[in-house]
Amino acid sequence: MRGNAAIHDLVAPGTLGAVLDLLAAEPGAWTPIAGGTEVMVAFAAGRLTAPKLVSLWGIPDLRAIEVAPQSVVIGAATTFLDLRRHALIAADLPLLAKAAGWIGSIANQGRATLGGNLVNGSPAADSSPALLAYDAEIEFISVRGRRRVPYSEFHTAYKRNCLAPDELLYAIHLPRRFARHNQYLRKVGTRRAMAIAKVALGAIALLENGRIREIRLGAASLAPYPMRLMQTEAALLGRSLTDDTIQSARRALLAEVKPIDDIRSTADYRRRVAANLLDEFLLQLRRVEAVP
Amino acid sequence: MRTSESAAPNNPWPAVRFVVNGEARIVSIPPMKRLLDVLREDLQLTGTKEGCGEGECGSCSVRLSGELVNSCLVPVLQADGAVIQTVEGLALNGKLHPLQEAFLQRGGAQCGICTPGMLMAAAHLLDHCPNPDLAQIREGIAGNLCRCTGFIRIFESVAAATSAQSAGSATTLTTEQSHHAR
Amino acid sequence: MSSPAPTRIVGAAVPRKEGVDKLLGRACYIDDMEREGMWHGATVRSGIPRGLIRSIAFDRSIDWSKFAIVTAADIPGDNCIQLIVADQPCLADGKVNHCEEAILLIAHPDKHKLREAVASVRVEYEPLPPVFSIEESERQDAIVWGTDNLIKTFLLEKGDVDSAWANAAHIVEGEFRTGAQEHLYIENQGVIAEYSKESGVTVWGSLQCPFYVFKALRGVFKLPDDKVRVIQTETGGAFGGKEDYPSTLACHAGLLAMKSGHPVKMVYDRMEDLAVTTKRHPSRVRHRTAVSSEGKLLAIQIDLATDGGAYATLSSTVLSRATLHSTGPYVCPNIRVRASSWATNYVPYGAFRGFGAPQAIFAMERHMDEIAAAIGIDPVELRRRNFLHVGDTNGTEQLMRDPVILDHLLDRALKESDYYAKRTKFARENSSNPVKRGMGLAAFYHGSGFTGSGELYLNSLGGVDVTLKGEVRVLVSNTEFGQGTNTILTQIAAEALGVEYSSVTMAPPDTGVVPNSGPTVASRTSMVVGRIIERACLQLLAMLREGAGLGAKFTHGEFIAACERYRAAHGEVVSLCRYEAPPGIVWDDQRYHGEAYGAYAWAVYVAQVAVDTVAYSTEVEDIWAVQEVGRVLHPVLAAGQVEGGIAQAVGYALYEKVVWENGRMANNQMTNYIMPTAEDVPPIHVFFEEIPFRYGGFGAKGIGELPHDGPAPAILNAIRDATGVAFNAIPLLPEDLYAGLAAAQPADEVAAR
Ligand SMILES: Cc1cc2nc3c(=O)[nH]c(=O)nc-3n(C[C@@H](O)[C@@H](O)[C@H](O)COP(=O)(O)OP(=O)(O)OC[C@H]3O[C@@H](n4cnc5c(N)ncnc54)[C@H](O)[C@@H]3O)c2cc1C
Ligand code: FES
Ligand code: FES
Repeated sequence: MRGNAAIHDLVAPGTLGAVLDLLAAEPGAWTPIAGGTEVMVAFAAGRLTAPKLVSLWGIPDLRAIEVAPQSVVIGAATTFLDLRRHALIAADLPLLAKAAGWIGSIANQGRATLGGNLVNGSPAADSSPALLAYDAEIEFISVRGRRRVPYSEFHTAYKRNCLAPDELLYAIHLPRRFARHNQYLRKVGTRRAMAIAKVALGAIALLENGRIREIRLGAASLAPYPMRLMQTEAALLGRSLTDDTIQSARRALLAEVKPIDDIRSTADYRRRVAANLLDEFLLQLRRVEAVP
Repeated sequence: MRTSESAAPNNPWPAVRFVVNGEARIVSIPPMKRLLDVLREDLQLTGTKEGCGEGECGSCSVRLSGELVNSCLVPVLQADGAVIQTVEGLALNGKLHPLQEAFLQRGGAQCGICTPGMLMAAAHLLDHCPNPDLAQIREGIAGNLCRCTGFIRIFESVAAATSAQSAGSATTLTTEQSHHAR
Repeated sequence: MSSPAPTRIVGAAVPRKEGVDKLLGRACYIDDMEREGMWHGATVRSGIPRGLIRSIAFDRSIDWSKFAIVTAADIPGDNCIQLIVADQPCLADGKVNHCEEAILLIAHPDKHKLREAVASVRVEYEPLPPVFSIEESERQDAIVWGTDNLIKTFLLEKGDVDSAWANAAHIVEGEFRTGAQEHLYIENQGVIAEYSKESGVTVWGSLQCPFYVFKALRGVFKLPDDKVRVIQTETGGAFGGKEDYPSTLACHAGLLAMKSGHPVKMVYDRMEDLAVTTKRHPSRVRHRTAVSSEGKLLAIQIDLATDGGAYATLSSTVLSRATLHSTGPYVCPNIRVRASSWATNYVPYGAFRGFGAPQAIFAMERHMDEIAAAIGIDPVELRRRNFLHVGDTNGTEQLMRDPVILDHLLDRALKESDYYAKRTKFARENSSNPVKRGMGLAAFYHGSGFTGSGELYLNSLGGVDVTLKGEVRVLVSNTEFGQGTNTILTQIAAEALGVEYSSVTMAPPDTGVVPNSGPTVASRTSMVVGRIIERACLQLLAMLREGAGLGAKFTHGEFIAACERYRAAHGEVVSLCRYEAPPGIVWDDQRYHGEAYGAYAWAVYVAQVAVDTVAYSTEVEDIWAVQEVGRVLHPVLAAGQVEGGIAQAVGYALYEKVVWENGRMANNQMTNYIMPTAEDVPPIHVFFEEIPFRYGGFGAKGIGELPHDGPAPAILNAIRDATGVAFNAIPLLPEDLYAGLAAAQPADEVAAR
């Protein structure tokens, strides 16, 4: 243990309004801590520099799942266990439920929050490929009000995002319109549990008359931050799933991804496996199509 | 319920209140102090272990208001008002918990360092899923690393405890049965 | 199989001796302990792999008067950790030979002050070129150890290898590599030390071998035996990792205690433990084998090299065991094994479950499958044709006198795993499935106890006593760290004395209390120490019969009464025995010839794997472990040992890689050093055959190391079966599988599956 608790302050104002006031009073001075599964790891490793922290744990407005006819709104401090336990998420957004079950272990899932996962912005974050595939929107809040951005524009660079210093991530909005879509999510990790993704791919697609009418591909660990594979999507949109289409999509993916060598894997391996995952998804799609 | 205070009189830190193993406690300590350290250093509950300090090993698992947590990742302020159970609070009225009994009979503990956390994870699993199958047991303890057993006997112990729990058979823990090795 | 004599307690699944304490959370590990007025210690370590220390500066921003600081100059005795070769300093003096080598120690009452203080000590170096591989060490461009970088060599010869090649129908060659492996005991290393003029140095700690630590402290502090005391606390896993390293840590804490005048606790955190403590020796093994047209082994030539790291520590004895296990459980008339351990500038490699045997057996058993493929016969059949039997001799020309039931073990393993049916089925299904399945096996033996004359040199002393409170205590320096020492030895004592298991306890593992019954290593506790305890108990009974009129049959009360009569008449009720070698053990250390081990445990393991060609990952779907281990003293503990060892060996084969960056472990966190979790271990099917060994405690041989030998080759053989591609290095990570299976194909082509 390399951290020293005595040199950090932590407060728990208890309400969203009080937290926002604090952030507004001294923008950038306070670091939010939700489930703490990133912050406390940094603390123990002696890497936590933030002198003042404000707790988001136990603030009801941030930990809620609201279901409307067209969408699901998930509070930023909703834990992955909350997501797993929610019947509607499992039914309507199965990729998100699946990803929630991948986060560390049960003990982690009970603390780790969806908002924390996104703000932390690891390129390997497990929730990201699903959210990219589902075309999620992110809502921010501050004393100045609320605003929404597409999740695909949230990350701006390695561990950077478009949150302002006085803002909190407030909620994640997900449309409920994927019942007819073909969905795919696969994580290739270091092991079967407690694993960081070496590569992950989330995908949804809608076929119409044998052609791809809609497709979104979200990837982890293939770029400095979780990324939509736009070029690959473009290579597939409007096409029928011939061997040629699959081959050119594969090429587009290989041209588009920018994985790195690190202590967990190699760029070469990541690229190839990403392409294999794409194949696997497209072959699944083709098989579904073949069934009358 | 008894309340005990371990706060120093002129301590500048905020008071944090919680119930640990049925006992109300108040501590005045730095709010970022890890729950793990508070349990071990301030409350002398050393049954909870530190294996990694980064949420990876599960040796520090305790139950916090009904959820399983790694106490190394919880700043104590976030445990304000919580109900905490540690391994020391598992045996009840002088009886080994069915899980403890099963681990003892079936070799679920070897060196014992992962055991407190493992028991808490298993207890948590059984509360949420009284009759887990092997896949559920594996998932339930996947965050608790054991380097000694290869997990096989832990799976068996947990499975055995489910049947024991339903049969309500735990042996009484007496001093004779508590073998002090040294 | 012959059935063992009926026993009351031995062979029964009694509850683990210290089990209830562990389950209640009240077992006391080192970090659970405090001493009055205790300070905390930390270590300033080398930031470079090799070089001269030019200067050490203390940043003025810190008030150093509040700290205790220890350098090599403060060492009252020899600046050396006594083990086998006196080459490793307790604190670096003028030069460093690996990253993280300890240079300086500091202590303070507040542990939070230490980190900044460590960072405020600036060490300047003149770097020297480091050596980072066996190959670089062999080239001897830089001499980093001794005069030639060679820590140890062995030559083992049998028959005439050189003239065997000419008559061979086939000559098969191969090179095999194994990586470093981290023990990853869940309890990090730690000690508390106290020092006073009157009582000398006392150390409590998480450790395997109290008398190793004792010897190291005696040398560093230059103190007489009665001023050194080592007490093992409950130890949360060891696996060999707490065999030699605790000696260093104990000396460090002891020096700080002496300097500060306070008890000092040093407990590493995980990052420090991973970065600085020993790991399993990496190896490179080259095989050249002559085989007849009938598949008989005619000649085996092996060139075996290990990376020893920066200091000798246990490299010579690890190399010895590797040498002795390198030719496997096979008959071959002509053998030559050249073995060497090379120094490099890594943290010294040390003991780890199996102690060199897993490396050697990986190579041999992997190679056997390649031989089978090269000459076109079934790998099972190849092994069967060459198995040792009673009357044969192995590589050191040790005559197999005790029963050898390899054929039976093999048959059972094939049957339990349904080996042939599965192979056929998988061969049929694989072509149309992106997941390829395969079966692989490994046959091997593992020598129990110290090698050759080692047990004679150890000359272990152990026994039992009966205290005034009527407690029967086992007196040994052998320690419990999960494997079951406490349980097994008290079972043996209770059985031999005819008393209840519950009335026998272990004396505290305290060098001030117990005799030196040797280290707790090499699967020697049940077989060697168990036998000493058995004999000591029988001796005690004879003493009580002769000296206190104990009857042939007795109740517990009568036993205790006899002990009290004995005490009144003769003094203390204690019975100690020394090790006695089984007859006929003749070992020539020079020629590496003769009875290498008193007994061998034998095994055949089978692995079933599924290789996913999308992610290039391997899942072990099942493991069958069939072994003959002498008498099984405790069925639950024995199976637990095998299962735990197999899980560790699955990690060794497929997950666990130490990533080095310029001589430093780069993945020194649990999140990046990947051991199998509860979701990764395969179902493990354990089968024991029991042939009691006459000279082992109640017939026991060794068990604990065996399960680390077989899984890696069995798994890689199964991957060979599944994919048709031979992989000869472990750990075999998905990235490596990818390199072997697909890297050659252009990436933009859809993989043919
Ligand atoms: C053992 C272990 C295993 C893990 N395994 C996985 C895994 O398999 N896959 C995976 O993706 N992740 C994994 N993680 C990481 C995962 O737990 C975190 O990313 C988690 O989701 C972060 O949420 P949190 O609430 O704990 O974040 P915290 O640690 O509380 O915060 C993380 C960051 O987000 C900021 N923040 C949090 N909430 C908000 C908000 N509402 N508004 C603005 N800023 C905010 C904080 O200031 C901080 O910078 C693992 C972590 C651990 C310790
Ligand atoms: S110490 Fe908390 S998970 Fe390892
Ligand atoms: S029993 Fe030793 S780590 Fe689990």
